[in-house]
Amino acid sequence: MKKSVFFGALAATTLVAGLAGAATLDDIKARGELLCGSNTGLTGFGAPDASGSWAGFDVDLCRAVAAAVLGDPNKVKFVPTTGETRFTALQSGEVDLLVRNSTWTSSRDSELALDFVAVNYYDGQGFMVKKDLGVSSAKELDGATVCIQTGTTTELNLADFFKQNNITYQPVTVADDSEAQRQYVAGACDAYTTDASGLAASRATLPDAENHIILPEIISKEPLGPVVRHGDSNWGDVVRWTYYALLIAEEKGVTSANVEEVLASTTDEEVKRLLGASGDMGAKFGLDNDAFKRSIAAVGNYGEIFSRNIGEGTTINLARGLNALWTQGGLQYAPPFR
Amino acid sequence: MTMATDAPKDGFRLSMLVYDTRYRSYTIQIVVLVLFALAVAWLLNNTVQNLAARGKEFNFGFLWQRAGYDIGQQLIPYNNDDNHFRALLIGLLNTLVVAVLGCIFATILGVLIGVLRLSRNWLVSRLMTVYVEMFRNVPLLLWILLSYVILSEVTPQPRDFRVTDEMVAAGEEPAASMMLFDTIAVTNRGTNIPSALFERGLGTVDLGFVSLNLDFWVILAVIAGSIFVNRRIVHSARATQEATGVRPVTWWKSILILFAPVIAVIVAMGFHLEIPSLKGFNFQGGILVAHSFTALLIALTLYTAAFIAEIVRAGIQAISRGQSEAAFALGLRPNRTMNLIILPQALRVIIPPLISQYLNLTKNTSLGIAVSYLDLRGTLGGITLNQTGRELECMLLMMLIYLSISLMISAVMNMYNNSVQLKAR
Repeated sequence: MKKSVFFGALAATTLVAGLAGAATLDDIKARGELLCGSNTGLTGFGAPDASGSWAGFDVDLCRAVAAAVLGDPNKVKFVPTTGETRFTALQSGEVDLLVRNSTWTSSRDSELALDFVAVNYYDGQGFMVKKDLGVSSAKELDGATVCIQTGTTTELNLADFFKQNNITYQPVTVADDSEAQRQYVAGACDAYTTDASGLAASRATLPDAENHIILPEIISKEPLGPVVRHGDSNWGDVVRWTYYALLIAEEKGVTSANVEEVLASTTDEEVKRLLGASGDMGAKFGLDNDAFKRSIAAVGNYGEIFSRNIGEGTTINLARGLNALWTQGGLQYAPPFR
Repeated sequence: MTMATDAPKDGFRLSMLVYDTRYRSYTIQIVVLVLFALAVAWLLNNTVQNLAARGKEFNFGFLWQRAGYDIGQQLIPYNNDDNHFRALLIGLLNTLVVAVLGCIFATILGVLIGVLRLSRNWLVSRLMTVYVEMFRNVPLLLWILLSYVILSEVTPQPRDFRVTDEMVAAGEEPAASMMLFDTIAVTNRGTNIPSALFERGLGTVDLGFVSLNLDFWVILAVIAGSIFVNRRIVHSARATQEATGVRPVTWWKSILILFAPVIAVIVAMGFHLEIPSLKGFNFQGGILVAHSFTALLIALTLYTAAFIAEIVRAGIQAISRGQSEAAFALGLRPNRTMNLIILPQALRVIIPPLISQYLNLTKNTSLGIAVSYLDLRGTLGGITLNQTGRELECMLLMMLIYLSISLMISAVMNMYNNSVQLKAR
């Protein structure tokens, strides 16, 4: 009898603890800092620069969320995670949000109990080889040694691709991007495979980038996006709509430079709602009414973030492609802000 | 008139549990036991609650799902259609092969260095001291990384072995060539060695989850038989020597019985070597020993050998000088003294700490993850854990497996230790 009371009390305390943990937004506000899981270092997407401050495409989304929630894009602590540790870090509460070019898959939704709230980059898996290898298609890689990052979907896609094409390969399983690059440059593997955007980023950091090519085959769909823990829908909504706010800003031509000007002059009701001039949309998320305006002012709209970090003209030099707005033939589409 | 009684017999009172020394120790033990059980129950309950809160349940069903990933080094056949359990087995075998070979090499090297460190030759003993201090005092992980980087950076790429028609016409030599009569190729990916093939092999027997290669087992059986017969020959020679004082000449019989049957069997099965050759991107045929394996083995061997050397030195120095002086007085030469008098006694001191070193080496194989060696930590604790998201199950299973391996090594070594212990007669 006494024992069951004891266990009942225990169960109650653990449940309360669980519920308290579920209100991520309140935790962040109380802490005054957003914990954002990022890459250990992938140029253009998430890497510390020479002065030690983080920069990149994924990093800017974290900064946008911090600007919306806390009013300051610098109140973010970036926690570097590897392909292997990232989901555990998120589930255990070590980070509030994971923006680390992670692919949305059904088993990660169901089995790992994660919520992918949006897709900030539509990608696919490719191969990079040295030009003098004389290979022009991934199907010619029979018998090759391939470097592959562990704990990723690319690991499974690679096995499937070679099996489907009835060719063999020798896998070299490495922990992160930098180790893969070292092995690839040393010639310990013939080809390096990961998301095409990651390949472009890796290639950009090589001293002899012109001697390396990315093969035309894209062997998988890799929708990359921000991830939150399952079971806290409100926090998921905050991240999702911060991202959509950046998309809508691009669609409506609102940039970090002209946001104040637009706010003063606009007659567009959706823009007014977005920037907090009418309605109480921000408050409905538990944020300030001008939360999304702060995000846009801090990091710019989606197009600005893209072209600043990875777009044409940067060392990564990626075309918008699938990531253009839906109005320009791409897949990036935000639901109406109302 | 009153009867004097020895002790009051007024039965048991509760306060005696605390104040009576006969019961107090039981009281303390029971209280501690209950507290311990409650602590364990709290931990278990906490785990179950938190798993439930995350929508996860504790079960090992995932082990029978398709693994879907490939493993570079496999001692038994495996492909990405096999299940996670099979991948676990591959990883376990990879762990065991490094551990067993590492223990053997580390013991040989360690004994050698330990004995040499006691050498009267100043240079030799100082060199061995330098070796021991160098390997003992730098973390193992660094040695593993160092040997891996050296192996993969200084060796040539497979394409350096290529000989094209233009090069033949111009009389040029390729940048790299194979070693040992063109049978072994060392590239920056691994070492390609020839493999044994049998034209008239006996095939394999399928036992459900493993298939046995009959060729291998037949050869093993023949070798075991030869060794057994050889021991009988030596035994009977010793019996003759003890009875008559004359030792019969047996060396040619030994050589014949040890080598002739094996050679006859492999010739009968049509033995030939499959020599690796450069085809496409890599050497094909033969066996590829990846550098991750070699580097891990080298580093584990060198590192553990330094500790074993110290244990051996301590063991030898524990034997009093009187023992060797007595042996010399009987006219035994130094090497006979070492083999017959010193080492058998030193083993009693050496074996127990040696067991710990074997256990250390076995557990240290899990550092292979640093050089992409897919052992148990890399398969079950790495890729499987990651792809299925079953952290708790994978970690518990992995701990259980490492624990079982360690306990088995301990059990075997303790049996050996008992056999070399001083027999009390």
